[in-house]
Amino acid sequence: MLPLPDFEWLAPTTLADLVRALGEHPTDTLLLAGGTDLLPNLKHGLHAPKRVIGLRRVRELSLIEESADGGLTLGSGVTLDTLANDARILARYPALARAASLVASPQLRRMGTLGGNLCLDTRCAYINQTAFWRGALGGCLKRDGDVCHVVPQGKRCVAAFSADTPAPLITYDATVELVSVRGARTLPVAKLFGGDGVKNHVREADEVLTRVTLPAPARGLRSAYEKLRARQAIDFPLLSIAAALTVGDDEVVTDIRLVVGALGALPRVVRKLEAHVGKPVSPELFDELARAAHTQCHPLSSLGAEAWRQDVVAPMVKRTLAALRASTRE
Amino acid sequence: MDDSPAPDGPRTFSRIGQRSPNIRSFDAVTGRTRYTDDLSFPGMLHAKLLRSPHAHARIVSIDATDALAMPGVHAVITGKDMPVRYGVIPWTQDEYPLALDKALFVGDPVACVAAVDEAIATRAAAAIRVVYEVLPHITEPEAALEPGAPKLHESNKHGNITKSVQLTFGDLDAQMAASDAVAEGHYFFEGMTHGALEPHCAIGLWEPHGVLTVWSATQVAHYLHRELSRVLDLPYDRVRVIQPPVGGAFGAKSEPFALEFCVGKLAMLTGRPVKLLYTREEVFYAHRGRHPMKMHFRVGAKADGTLTGCDAKTLIDGGAYASFGLVTTYYSGQLVTAPLRLGAYRLDSTRVYTNKPACGPKRGHGSVQPRFAFEVTLDKLAEKLGLDPIELRRRNVLDVGERTINEFLIKSIGFRECLDRVEAASGWKQKHGKLPLGRGVGVAGSFYISGTNYPIYPNEMPQSAVQIKVDRSGRVTVFSGLSEMGQGADTMLAMITSEELGVDLAAIRVLSGDTDLSPVDLGGYSSRTTMMAGNACLHAARQLSTSIRAVVAEKWACAPKHVALAGGYATERQDTSRRMSLGEAFRLAEAKLGALGAMGSYNTPKDVHGDYRGGTIGASPAYSFTAHIAEVTVDLETGVPRVETIWAAHDAGKPLNPMIVEGQMEGSAYMGFAEAILEEHVIRPDGLHRGPSLLDYRMPTSLDTPDLYSMLVETADPEGPFGAKEAGEGPLHSSIPAIANAIYDAVGVRIDALPFSPDKILRALRAKGAA
Repeated sequence: MLPLPDFEWLAPTTLADLVRALGEHPTDTLLLAGGTDLLPNLKHGLHAPKRVIGLRRVRELSLIEESADGGLTLGSGVTLDTLANDARILARYPALARAASLVASPQLRRMGTLGGNLCLDTRCAYINQTAFWRGALGGCLKRDGDVCHVVPQGKRCVAAFSADTPAPLITYDATVELVSVRGARTLPVAKLFGGDGVKNHVREADEVLTRVTLPAPARGLRSAYEKLRARQAIDFPLLSIAAALTVGDDEVVTDIRLVVGALGALPRVVRKLEAHVGKPVSPELFDELARAAHTQCHPLSSLGAEAWRQDVVAPMVKRTLAALRASTRE
Repeated sequence: MDDSPAPDGPRTFSRIGQRSPNIRSFDAVTGRTRYTDDLSFPGMLHAKLLRSPHAHARIVSIDATDALAMPGVHAVITGKDMPVRYGVIPWTQDEYPLALDKALFVGDPVACVAAVDEAIATRAAAAIRVVYEVLPHITEPEAALEPGAPKLHESNKHGNITKSVQLTFGDLDAQMAASDAVAEGHYFFEGMTHGALEPHCAIGLWEPHGVLTVWSATQVAHYLHRELSRVLDLPYDRVRVIQPPVGGAFGAKSEPFALEFCVGKLAMLTGRPVKLLYTREEVFYAHRGRHPMKMHFRVGAKADGTLTGCDAKTLIDGGAYASFGLVTTYYSGQLVTAPLRLGAYRLDSTRVYTNKPACGPKRGHGSVQPRFAFEVTLDKLAEKLGLDPIELRRRNVLDVGERTINEFLIKSIGFRECLDRVEAASGWKQKHGKLPLGRGVGVAGSFYISGTNYPIYPNEMPQSAVQIKVDRSGRVTVFSGLSEMGQGADTMLAMITSEELGVDLAAIRVLSGDTDLSPVDLGGYSSRTTMMAGNACLHAARQLSTSIRAVVAEKWACAPKHVALAGGYATERQDTSRRMSLGEAFRLAEAKLGALGAMGSYNTPKDVHGDYRGGTIGASPAYSFTAHIAEVTVDLETGVPRVETIWAAHDAGKPLNPMIVEGQMEGSAYMGFAEAILEEHVIRPDGLHRGPSLLDYRMPTSLDTPDLYSMLVETADPEGPFGAKEAGEGPLHSSIPAIANAIYDAVGVRIDALPFSPDKILRALRAKGAA
């Protein structure tokens, strides 16, 4: 089998110990939560850390706390399986529960965590291969080379944003907390990601993502998540779509959020939807939103079948909108 | 060869025909089975291959100094250590265990390291310095045929052609000219690989007295035995091959590979046991999967549906080495001539070398691709004739005793009933052409060999031999060289033995796959095991039964034919109050006869093939027949196809164990569906595999898999043991064209290239103006 590289293994039990250990050699250290993304990447030689810190024994990271107004704060160590099945999440944030339920397979969801999914590395046909394969290719922008095989003249890595949970979190205006020996900071999930596939999140090497805070769902919030993939399990998205509409009692839309993943390195927040605010929920509105997404979303060859994926943006958006579910209190 | 001891009336069975779990399943599903990689020996070293990063390159030099200097490294070998060509087909041996002068594809092994553990071996392999002179390479089969194309095998007399076969049966031109309708198509079948769960693994152990033992996850211990002896220059009698339980093979392990020679050589050099386990990526490079084929098929018929002629031209993309390619080339043409009668037939098949992982046999070797082309062409022809596609097939079914147009003798055929069964079960008449847009049904038929009639290397010896030992404990031990790889071969031997000797399955031990312990069997390929090892086992068991019954009859002073061995007892048929336990009967026989044992063997009939050059290839003692109906839905907006249901009916002769036959049918239908919809083994123009992992090579999950209904059609084949025929490969073939034809029925577009992916379907729908 493919061997793991040699590294020092630490498994702290408190957040304080974790942050301290991480602060010692941050640029040579990697964090391992469920390991479902990191271990294959280590075996493929994509990283060569001196130290790997396991997060599973830090109990503070797996808590779910409720705020008085009905919001939730989720520890980054909460598993995807819990996210998919927790009654509060299913009721208040159904698109998040659905996104978590569509990740990989039951076994991987029981290991994989919310924080791990938020920090999932970008993916590309030219990078998620063994060291032997990449060596035969001659490397690429992201590792061991200076050429992008997806965008031949490109200067920035366009490896695809492939996580499922961030898109619905963005539509819910969720925030994340990052903690380091230097202190803590909070930023919107939408600001967690940068536009370069080499390192597509703004987390500094000495920071650990500790928790995600979801504001109480607005009255009239309806949300959904759909994922295009080749098989009904296992696969990363070929397209992922999160939608959230806030709808008044008169069925008139007061807010629209549409986020599409599995394009370039960033989740794409579909823009200029304000013009549709004030319209009633209707198949015509869904058609218009689907057209807007089709115009703004451009799948790349990083995941293959890009022309077909472009063709199905609109039907996928319409299906997502048709599946909108109201947030409730359980 | 029925010499059944039952004195009167039709044979009744106690074990044969019963649903009986595979005797190996409990261990497999509870994690107790010890596969090759589970074995370990004191002092064992681990080996790792260094592979070429170039699709075609001359090896200028190899410098292992740094690797050998690393602590824990015991040896490094290169092509020069084993400069002997091997290959499973004696006429096309073109492969070295490690590349000698040239590497011919990305992943071709060039050196091998043995070290104290796998991590060190991996690092040491990376420290070997190879200087390559990169050569132009070929990834498209047409390019291989162009004048001036880079030549892969310099000593090959036919450029880049492995084998080319042209055969004509009957007057094709006249038949085509007399046709009222002709349908045709250009078809492409993409490469596919096997995806067996267990990667290839081998262990070599060299003993000071000069015997080399190799444990290997192989399905052809006998051929491996021969090639190890030849390549490593060891006397044939000093090599032992042991095949532990194999975790799936599907053809992937049906010839020797680099790892088996390397562990043997390294064990001899170091004096230590050496293990080599392929990574999943290396399994993709070892490959030997289904050949990509570009096919042009024309099929004609009279207005009443009588088939006139079939004209087939096929270009086969072989990859870097010959493998079974000579046979593949014949099979691609020879195995479309049943179950339907053809007035004339012309085949023109050419296999070429390309700089890609070598293709070989995958379940339904060589014939799955042309079967797709032929059955889809038939569907087109039925439409032209205004005939129901089932009816078109029904009007042309071969009869028992008839020979195919290419002269293969059909001794049993249940294809009509296969068609009847799937037609009724699927509700075909209410569905075909009548379902709403986006939903459709399609039908296809097929046949397959129950073993290849002639061995891979010419010889007059039996195809299979089985030894059975009985002793005073009441235990029966069956020794066979067959390859158990999950398909139930050991169970088959146990059931036949149980049927003949009357012993409970729990009292039977099957020891298979060890060239020291067991008599020769040629291996687990070409669906030969039940036919050949089964008949050999029956032969041995009946000799023992005869001996034991004679001894008991003597004691009871009755005729031996009146002694029945069944249900754990010897019983007097005419006075069933007289009986003794089998243990007692065995002790009686052991006292009377001395040690109790028998050898049985089987060789094939020599009058079933065609009388022309190549007429033996594709000939078999018996043929199985299959019909499939698939029901699919197609998403008109996205092009995504979903196979909802597959109904399969299969004529396996007498099903010895319906549970296992149905399992083979379901597994086959699944594998065909997987190739139809999802899988594709693609090599990029630069020679790199598109994604050598199980994440990128997408095999359907249980959630993707259609509902599968298996129906057994029973015929009594005169050659098979108790009338049994094959079930492991035939039921794959028609799965794929049935799905293709169902997509056409659903949305009116023909997808003539595999896989039927949503992008192709959506493009076709748009071209037609339907989406």
